[in-house]
Amino acid sequence: MQPIGIIEGRAYPLGRPNIDTDIIIPAHWLKTVTREGLGKGAFETIRAEPGNVLEDERYKGAPILIAGANYGCGSSREHAAWAMADLGIRAVIAPSFSDIHAGNAFKNGILTVVLPQEQVDRLLEVAQDHPITIDLEHQTVTTPFQDRFGFEIDPFRKHCLLNGLDEIGITLAEEDAIAAHEARMAAETPWVPGAAAA
Amino acid sequence: MTTESTPRTLYEKIWDAHVVRQRDDGTALLYIDRHLVHEVTSPQAFDGLRAAARTVRRPDLTLAVADHNIQTTARVDAAGQRLPVEDPQSAQQLTALVKNTAEFGIELIDDLAPEQGIVHVIGPEQGFTLPGATVVCGDSHTASHGALGALGFGIGTSEVEHVLATQTLLLKRSRSLEVRVDGALGPGTTPKDVALAIVATLGAGGGAGYVAEYTGSVFREMSIEGRLTVCNMSIEAGARAGLVAPDETTFAFLQGKPRAPKGADWDRAVAYWRTLRTDPGTRYDKSIAIDAATIAPLVTWGTSPDDVVPVTGIVPDPAELPDPARRAAAEKALAYMGLAPGTRMRDVAVDRIFIGSCTNSRIEDLRAAAAIARGRRVAANVKQALVVPGSGLVKRQAEAEGLDRIFIEAGFEWREPGCSMCLAMNPDKVPAGERCASTSNRNFVGRQGPGSRTHLLSPAMAAAAAVTGRLTDVREIA
Repeated sequence: MQPIGIIEGRAYPLGRPNIDTDIIIPAHWLKTVTREGLGKGAFETIRAEPGNVLEDERYKGAPILIAGANYGCGSSREHAAWAMADLGIRAVIAPSFSDIHAGNAFKNGILTVVLPQEQVDRLLEVAQDHPITIDLEHQTVTTPFQDRFGFEIDPFRKHCLLNGLDEIGITLAEEDAIAAHEARMAAETPWVPGAAAA
Repeated sequence: MTTESTPRTLYEKIWDAHVVRQRDDGTALLYIDRHLVHEVTSPQAFDGLRAAARTVRRPDLTLAVADHNIQTTARVDAAGQRLPVEDPQSAQQLTALVKNTAEFGIELIDDLAPEQGIVHVIGPEQGFTLPGATVVCGDSHTASHGALGALGFGIGTSEVEHVLATQTLLLKRSRSLEVRVDGALGPGTTPKDVALAIVATLGAGGGAGYVAEYTGSVFREMSIEGRLTVCNMSIEAGARAGLVAPDETTFAFLQGKPRAPKGADWDRAVAYWRTLRTDPGTRYDKSIAIDAATIAPLVTWGTSPDDVVPVTGIVPDPAELPDPARRAAAEKALAYMGLAPGTRMRDVAVDRIFIGSCTNSRIEDLRAAAAIARGRRVAANVKQALVVPGSGLVKRQAEAEGLDRIFIEAGFEWREPGCSMCLAMNPDKVPAGERCASTSNRNFVGRQGPGSRTHLLSPAMAAAAAVTGRLTDVREIA
């Protein structure tokens, strides 16, 4: 995973609430067995709308997307995060995110930034014609007009994103603790192991 | 099994029992007891394992089945030979699941086995899902398993890979949300209506960051099938998981299921499961209450699952919404749905009927739909009416009860188990511009096929819409 420090550039001012993952990547794109190439299908139905921001030349290749509340709701498909990454999106700013999608985005090195609706509205206005800067280290979003909005992020996620860490590698280092839990499980809840014919 | 003196919610008890290690940064390494794997969200996870030369830590806690892509038409020819999957991409995904599960030593329920079905139907049906267990699957409707008092939640493919490799996940504990529904449900009002009422009350994002616990007399009296429907749609309110405390109904449902504990293990398990309830005096982070008597048979009018009205109601007018973003979203939704404000929901004609999905494809759902379909005919304007059992075992049970005959005689198609028309990944799709009365869980833009228009409702209401050709108040014909 590529480490994230500062993300700077244009932002798609999408601004709609309840963008579900069926919108981010429709189901017919989910028949792939790889992670690559899904940018072609990203936001397919929105891109078909006349005058939509995703096809607007001004925002082409923008690393940031600004959306309304409950971004990424619905299906758990990680294909949504893969599609966004393939499109070049490295951060999404919204008033709220679905839990599952925020996790998927994080695992693909996409930063999700939660800001209050009025600050998101301000950024939507600025993003029409100007770039936006996200500084993960200092947890700020700034504009060329002295706007400076602080945001919260889970310390573990921040650490992983700043350093581009592989979570499975981190967990495998906990082998002793996992084995200890399994021993406890076998003793205290012996009905749990062995449900599938392995 | 930790015992602590501070009162805890059911969610906290299950969480605490699975913490492998609490990290200083607030995240915990949580042990996963049950992992369900299907063909759509797993291929990239297995690729990741191969690329890093990793193995599956606990194949005995992992069960795979194909459901999303699989066709629901006949799977064998007259001679009993397996029929090919027509779509080459679907065939590739299904083949990948067979190959990956064989390579990593994971049990796969064969497409032709009677136990095959939708992951969230077979988990409980097989007794793979157990009270107090952590259950994950690369599918957001894993929330369903909370109906048995399991902590079930959907995960992405990177997390599928993480669970395969380590049998754990790195998570932060969610906040607790109590959803209490007390009172008596009125005639024609079903668990699906309870689920839709909860989603409408919380809003599509209202449960984000929370794990819901469903409490109150309505859930105590509800069957496991009904609880599965309600827990299933927790995610439609943004809650990653929903729970019902296990009780005698739960134990009666599980006893004798193929993978449920047996003998002394069963007695010991039940004794433990009885402790899985929220302690008296525990405070939830948030609580809502709904009076069951206020819930009517419901339908959705828009493209978000919280766009809910009583079937006796009308299409709302976006102009009456004060918030400009919500107004714009509602206008877009109505344009997509081809509906005008003020239209009576009961005047909306439908083109297709879908009875199925992980929300409503269990035996009780089929019985409720068959009770309406019995002796009636699918209306002439309805182009297709599908009944898709959630598993081969549900299908067999329904056939033993003669439900298949009722549906077929009424003009419904009786299909093989799978996700079918819920999500437009297999041949069952709603064509652009057509309107479907559907027992599934999502009315998103394009969910049932590009340009499809979905109205979510209960199985009985779907059957009622089938026989009248329009959205119908089931109380008028029941």
